[in-house]
Amino acid sequence: MQITVKLFALMREKAGTDTVALDVPEGATLAQAVTILVRHYPALAPYMANTRFSLHMDFVDPATNLAAGDELALIPPVSGGV
Amino acid sequence: MFKVTTEPLSVQQVNDLVKRPTDGAVVTFDGIVRNNFDGRPVAYLEYEAYAMMAEKKLAEIGAEVQQKFAIGAIAMVHRIGRLEIGESSIVIAVAAPHRHAAFEACAYAMDRVKAEVPVWKKEFFADGADHWVNQN
Repeated sequence: MQITVKLFALMREKAGTDTVALDVPEGATLAQAVTILVRHYPALAPYMANTRFSLHMDFVDPATNLAAGDELALIPPVSGGV
Repeated sequence: MFKVTTEPLSVQQVNDLVKRPTDGAVVTFDGIVRNNFDGRPVAYLEYEAYAMMAEKKLAEIGAEVQQKFAIGAIAMVHRIGRLEIGESSIVIAVAAPHRHAAFEACAYAMDRVKAEVPVWKKEFFADGADHWVNQN
């Protein structure tokens, strides 16, 4: 199945794109999808330890199961405000 | 109102949004683009957001703050894109019947924004270098 991965800030720059269409096995977990993503974009590997994940605009656990068409966002440490 | 925008922010407009005749206090926080990072001169900033999620998180924080403090209305607007020194990056306005709740709620809301809202800041230094804050 295919999911969409959104990248932001430094990770967007390291990957050279803000959106990745990613093929993952049916019923894959978020953590499995991230492993596949890093295989395609090794430059993202150093940042994963500090990255949070979101689905449907909420933070979710890496053990979460994905569905076809999901938009998975990688959320690096935020620095909004001032 | 909970919004992410590329437009310049108006403190007065956000302030006016929360005013009610029953509330004797409005505390407004105006976050300003600073001209240095630990003393190193900054030329300008760029903010990037996951805008849909950022607006949802701002609204959730607004609801949380209303649960936690005796306040009336709260509004938060975050600007993204390129911002120059001295411009406003975020405005938070909190109205309450009495001042203490408004001061505390406004400070708490800002702390929550810095922890939970998907917005990222890139600093462009006067010497030509740049860096994403908190990401190295």
